[in-house]
Amino acid sequence: MKVIISNSSPDPIYEQINRQIKAQIISGDLAEGEALPSIRKLAQELLISVITTKRAYDELEREGFINTVSGKGTYVAVQNQELLKEKKMKIVEEKLAEAVSEAKMMGIGLDHLEDMLKLLFKEDQ
Amino acid sequence: MNSAIEISGLRKEYKGFTLRDVSFTLPQGFIMGLIGPNGAGKTTIIKLILNLIRRNAGDIKVFGLDAIKHEAEIKARIGFVHETPRFIEDATLKDIKLAIAPFYEKWDEKMFRSLISEFALPLEKKFKKLSHGMKMKLQIALALSHDADLLLMDEPTSGLDPVFRRELLEQLSGLMQNEQKAVLFSTHITSDLERTADYITFINDGEIVFSLPKDVIKEKWGIVKGAKELLLKKSRGMFKGVRETDFGFEALTDDIPSARREFDSGVVIERASIEDVMIFMDKGGDHA
Repeated sequence: MKVIISNSSPDPIYEQINRQIKAQIISGDLAEGEALPSIRKLAQELLISVITTKRAYDELEREGFINTVSGKGTYVAVQNQELLKEKKMKIVEEKLAEAVSEAKMMGIGLDHLEDMLKLLFKEDQ
Repeated sequence: MNSAIEISGLRKEYKGFTLRDVSFTLPQGFIMGLIGPNGAGKTTIIKLILNLIRRNAGDIKVFGLDAIKHEAEIKARIGFVHETPRFIEDATLKDIKLAIAPFYEKWDEKMFRSLISEFALPLEKKFKKLSHGMKMKLQIALALSHDADLLLMDEPTSGLDPVFRRELLEQLSGLMQNEQKAVLFSTHITSDLERTADYITFINDGEIVFSLPKDVIKEKWGIVKGAKELLLKKSRGMFKGVRETDFGFEALTDDIPSARREFDSGVVIERASIEDVMIFMDKGGDHA
């Protein structure tokens, strides 16, 4: 698990933690069933308040990303594959939408955009 | 959740200063920062918890026990760090340790040794030869060496360099791995609290101004900055404190969203630091 806290970010710290863990679960960097550090351990490592780490975990649990087994620990929840796929698609869709609106603003047409996309896709492989 | 400290209706009268109607609770498993300007009453509260001075009214419970009736039992479970360390001037650190250790049933010699070497404290040196920072470190090492359930620290970081202050925070954070422990930490170096404190209690002129989870402040409280013309009579009332200059105003709000609605895009709103909160509420609270 990787978490980087930015003190200059306008986002509250619990939200930064929540977002980063979520991204790692969606990308598969954190696998199903994998154990997460306890809220107290995470607070110690990041040198932040226990209340902050607890809030981040509470929200992840509410959103179905993690499970807390009382007395045992916190684990990455078994993800619904359909849902996970949808979440992944949504992330890519958002990025593409950004690119599309940028392209429109600069007067770049769909055909050009398609070419660019194909080129980039191949380049990466 | 059990409380480590529970204070209600506490009152202490001095000539020219009265600590009044002080109430707050520190649950076990958490760190509370006690902040306020010099002379606000922080040390008085800590002395009252330790029953070092007599109170005029109110209740103090430590681990659910009455602070006066169970004084000895409570003190055995407290690690205390005083603002001005006082030990016998001619005693070496070793002598001091030998004098203090027997008072604690749970004295942990191994822990003490490891802290001494971590803090680079010279055991053979006389107390009076130590710098203020060294004296503080000695106190902190002693307080951490008897498995105390509650640490009461009065300005523990005054006179300490940033490297050691960070180390102390790490020690406290390590202590908090045990949910039964608690720390009450008075300071005016508010940056020490920005990170690890769970609760902030602000005292000013003998009264509690607020006692809140730090995250509530970090999330909701902000500084609104804008042109003076925007600061109308009606909007003044929503602030906890206002500072005006020839060029504009700055004001503290405890509700960023409603400030945003009120002023729309005409102002800049930044998150408030604990220091901002202290400065604005001390200076501007009454005039807002």
